Amino acid sequence: MKYTEEHEWLRIEGDLVVVGITDHASEQLGDIVFVDLPAAGTTVSKDDEAAVIESVKAASDILAPLDGEIVEVNEVLADNPGLVNEDPTGDGWFFKMKIEDLSALDDLMDEAAYKKFIG
Amino acid sequence: MSDLKRTILFDLHLELGAKMVPFAGYEMPVQYPMGVMQEHLHTRTRAGLFDVSHMGQILLRAPSGKVADAAAALETLVPVDLLGLAEGRQRYALFTNDAGGIDDDLMVANRGDHLFVVVNAACKDADEAHLRARLSDRVGITAVTDRALLALQGPLAEAALAALVPAAAAMKFMDVLVADSSCGELWISRSGYSGEDGYEISVANDRAVEFARLLLAQPGVAPIGLGARDSLRLEAGLCLYGSDLDTTTTPVEAALTWAIQKARRTGGAREGGFPGAKRILAELASGPSRLRVGLRPDGRAPMRAGTELFAAETGGAPIGSVTSGAFGPSIEGPMSMGYVAPAHAASGTAIWGEVRGKRLPATICDMPFRPTTYKR
Repeated sequence: MKYTEEHEWLRIEGDLVVVGITDHASEQLGDIVFVDLPAAGTTVSKDDEAAVIESVKAASDILAPLDGEIVEVNEVLADNPGLVNEDPTGDGWFFKMKIEDLSALDDLMDEAAYKKFIG
Repeated sequence: MSDLKRTILFDLHLELGAKMVPFAGYEMPVQYPMGVMQEHLHTRTRAGLFDVSHMGQILLRAPSGKVADAAAALETLVPVDLLGLAEGRQRYALFTNDAGGIDDDLMVANRGDHLFVVVNAACKDADEAHLRARLSDRVGITAVTDRALLALQGPLAEAALAALVPAAAAMKFMDVLVADSSCGELWISRSGYSGEDGYEISVANDRAVEFARLLLAQPGVAPIGLGARDSLRLEAGLCLYGSDLDTTTTPVEAALTWAIQKARRTGGAREGGFPGAKRILAELASGPSRLRVGLRPDGRAPMRAGTELFAAETGGAPIGSVTSGAFGPSIEGPMSMGYVAPAHAASGTAIWGEVRGKRLPATICDMPFRPTTYKR
């Protein structure tokens, strides 16, 4: 698993990268009540707004962690956004991306570095 | 947060695991470990204890010792029938300004020989100054600074308070009572701002922590923060001053005409005689140019404060905007309150709200979003 400073996690699954938010981010956001996901097939650049999550407190942008194409989104979140709180690193995933250059993942934090990052 | 004030319950909030945030000049609990959603649902199904000590408590006492003299004086600042407010009863009121806008909303209680007033935290200094400037030649004005204020709300509130003050059980919605207790004199009203049955209780600062602990020890009582307080009041269709009401909003625009009794309206026994009466009475007669409404987004995306509202999916100028919007845990969906032109204000009207550049459908609906459970 790799991590961004935006509190997203990335997991390689075959030739795709699965993206979600970390336990820490899910806790900080509080109860999530709505997830606005991109359409499958959307091409994104790193730091584009890829999705929006609304918690009981506020709306937050989910940025694309890398350049690539979003090939699949977690449709279950439309009816059950609470999954992001219940299982942020599992069933609460957001989308799967096809990344041109998987070596870009090397620049992201590993778990030890992320733990240090969130203190 | 060093320049922020603290209520007497500050240390108790920390002990209970609260996350503290700045609010109206105070460091206040926004949530406890239970979290906003569960705190909201807990209040609806059990009972929630809220620290509202940041709000202003003010006593108005006429030199004559007659409550009617204090009521007549305060009537010059609010469009509300206070001479008709019976002893032991409380009523919602509004400080209006000369332009007909609302400077604050408040509760006024008749306590036999004087009035007890509760005002919003953010406005309390201005309210006190306003009272002194306009009424000090007619009534004594005492800001109560040595008492805390707690709200106990929810279906188990009656049992919890009655365990400590048995007389509280017989009170009805908007009754007020001064009662002795093991924590000294309590000033109790059967009211609140959650849409639930419950109480607001003023207790001396030096007994407040002890009293809060006694309430928290009752079955089903949990501490609740400002986060849930906001979603509870919005589900109940209640206005938040500063968001849904401000100095430019008139009571008629705000759909608060129920707070203006017959005696203060055109043809009433004490018609007008409050700031902004000309505009407010004219709007009562011929309608306002905008109206506060409730709306339910058709989808799940909340339409938050500032969301512009439109009459059609494409084109056209905005017909209004959202002033409060959130997810309603008890109605399990998003809800908003806002202002629209009267032509679009009827319940059932289809409108669109622009969220992140997209117009999403919504429907004007009656408020409260969830039925209230006041004990009438």
